[in-house]
Amino acid sequence: MSEMWSSAWRYRYFIFSSIKTEFRVMFVRSRLGGFWMILNPLAQVLMFAFVLSAVLSAKLPGIDNRYAYAIYLMAGILGWSLFAEIINRCLTLFIDNGNIIKKLAFPKIALPLIVTGKALVNNALLFLAVLFIFGILGHLPGTALVWLPVLTLLNVALALGLGLILGVVNVFIRDIGQVVPVVMQFLFWFTPIVYMTHIIPSQYQHWLLFNPLIPIIQGYQNILLYNRAPPWLPLGIMTLLTLFLLAFSLVLFRRASSEMVDQL
Amino acid sequence: MNSALHVENLGKSYRQWGSEWRRFASWVVPSIRPREEHWVLKEINFSVEPGEAIGIIGQNGAGKSTLLKLITGTILPTEGRVLREGSIAAILELGMGFSPDLTGRQNTYHSAGLMGYSQPKIESVMSEIEAFAEVGEYFDQPVRTYSSGMQMRVAFSVATAFRPDVLIVDEALSVGDVYFQQKCFNRIREFSALGTTLLFVTHDITAVLEICSRAIYLRQGRLVTDGSPKVAVDLYQADALIHCDNSPSKLNVVKLFTETETNKESLPADATNKPTIVTGSAGSLVTADISCLNVCLNDVAGNGLHNIISENQAKLVIRYKIHRDLDDPHVGFKIRNRFGTVIFETNTYCMRKFIGRVEKDAEIDVCFDFPVDLTPGEYTITLGFANRGYDKGSFEEVLSYLHSAFVFTVLPNNQAITWCGILNIHPKVDWTVLPDVPLKTKYFFEKVE
Repeated sequence: MSEMWSSAWRYRYFIFSSIKTEFRVMFVRSRLGGFWMILNPLAQVLMFAFVLSAVLSAKLPGIDNRYAYAIYLMAGILGWSLFAEIINRCLTLFIDNGNIIKKLAFPKIALPLIVTGKALVNNALLFLAVLFIFGILGHLPGTALVWLPVLTLLNVALALGLGLILGVVNVFIRDIGQVVPVVMQFLFWFTPIVYMTHIIPSQYQHWLLFNPLIPIIQGYQNILLYNRAPPWLPLGIMTLLTLFLLAFSLVLFRRASSEMVDQL
Repeated sequence: MNSALHVENLGKSYRQWGSEWRRFASWVVPSIRPREEHWVLKEINFSVEPGEAIGIIGQNGAGKSTLLKLITGTILPTEGRVLREGSIAAILELGMGFSPDLTGRQNTYHSAGLMGYSQPKIESVMSEIEAFAEVGEYFDQPVRTYSSGMQMRVAFSVATAFRPDVLIVDEALSVGDVYFQQKCFNRIREFSALGTTLLFVTHDITAVLEICSRAIYLRQGRLVTDGSPKVAVDLYQADALIHCDNSPSKLNVVKLFTETETNKESLPADATNKPTIVTGSAGSLVTADISCLNVCLNDVAGNGLHNIISENQAKLVIRYKIHRDLDDPHVGFKIRNRFGTVIFETNTYCMRKFIGRVEKDAEIDVCFDFPVDLTPGEYTITLGFANRGYDKGSFEEVLSYLHSAFVFTVLPNNQAITWCGILNIHPKVDWTVLPDVPLKTKYFFEKVE
């Protein structure tokens, strides 16, 4: 395992330049290039806010900003978009890069690291855009913001753990690549991003415990909307779960590595 | 261990698991075995000293590319191991990982990074790469505007920007124009002279004979020969002869001589009457249908010789004993230089001569008469005997194929001109000295320059 990290370290220049390259490629032939990465989630927010705010805004307790729902949405989307990007990219990561994997000798761990790096940069840009809009809406987040990096890290770790497993399995069973987008849609709607948890009837509330994303998304909402530190108990459990998942995914990745090349 | 590369009991199998779940289970429980294993490479052993140039030959699917990928570390061996010393660069697939929308320069950064070089290190050789590639201002244009040759130029320049300890060259070099190909070969030779080990995979036999000091012949995933390029190439070509689809003679092959069984060069010219049989060096084919009793090279007077002066007339006389009825026998010969490069080759079929039906137990004397228009040096003669010619010099049955059946030396001819190369074109020379070139013509020449 340590050998994997040392080779990744040797390839750090490559990882950084690849992230740079990905951005560059986006800008080369489109005017707005990378901005589409921010515009997409923001357009989503705008759409939901426009359609749903009339239905839901009255039910957002404790906040007396009339844009409260939009802020709530943006907080959730900020977390979700990071998670979704890493999962979606990891899913087809090895298949997409099959050619280089088959023909060049380089540490394959660099690939998910590049994806993560790029997703993080994207997310940082989205965060700045969100902050800007918050400013316009007259809602500036407070000191709870210090928790955001921790939450981001947890989010990335969870997405990377899941994504690596899915990406590796997808090489061998290509159905995964078809199933995951559907599952991701379900996950999006089963996570309180566009709605609030309290609108779910109480007899179904306990099902929410099984969604690993909820503590993370709620964390984002707590920090950005309510200026509160995220509740530490569910997050603590999530951290343990995530670490376990990440370790498992790395072991799986190591084991599958050589067979993956044969299969691609 | 001081070898640059050490391959130990290397094997690679592709596995059939039956079910993917079985495969996943095997990652956790090592005792779960695959349903079926298909070995593409097995029991490969060899060491390479620094500075050696090694050719790897074999038919398609013999495992050459798999071996190279195992050596570069792209794929992992199923058994055995590869020990590498120092850096390895592979020119396997040039332009891999080039992004069409980025410029040549940006792609250079990217792919040198993919080879594990750091940003400052790449920058230090960037101008050299640009100069070597010679694509001019295209270097800062998107790669999608490149021709495939230009892409290959940049890719090769990047791949060889730093001198590696081991350089692996696949047939990728066949792209590109002759000028750049020669430039590539020059760089490869330069590296080789500085101590880079070369691994060279190709079907181009001449290139193996000229560049490599050693050759490895792979057949169906097994190492057949590891030795002199000439021996490996002969074995490889003999195999190709045997496995030629419409050559039923493969059933009759008594023996394919391998390196260890190499016979003495040939019989002396005066041994005509002795009942010995001429066999060849490694890669020779012998069947029970015919045997070669004698081969000699005579001068005009009929004296057998092993040294012949360049540009003199010589007669190659071969005697065969036939052990079964043949309806359309043909005899051919091949002259090869010391590298094994074929200088000349023909046979009675190609000369449009037909010996005609020959009965069992007959003996044939065949004589080829030719001027020895060869550069001084040592040459070998390969003899071939086949039945039923068709098409442009193919045969239905190859009955005997003897490498180095005869060895002779060409001595310089003091009366003749001195020349070098392969072919003596017997040039005549004539000249006129123009006392005064008219002004107009002078002007014309200057303008052209």
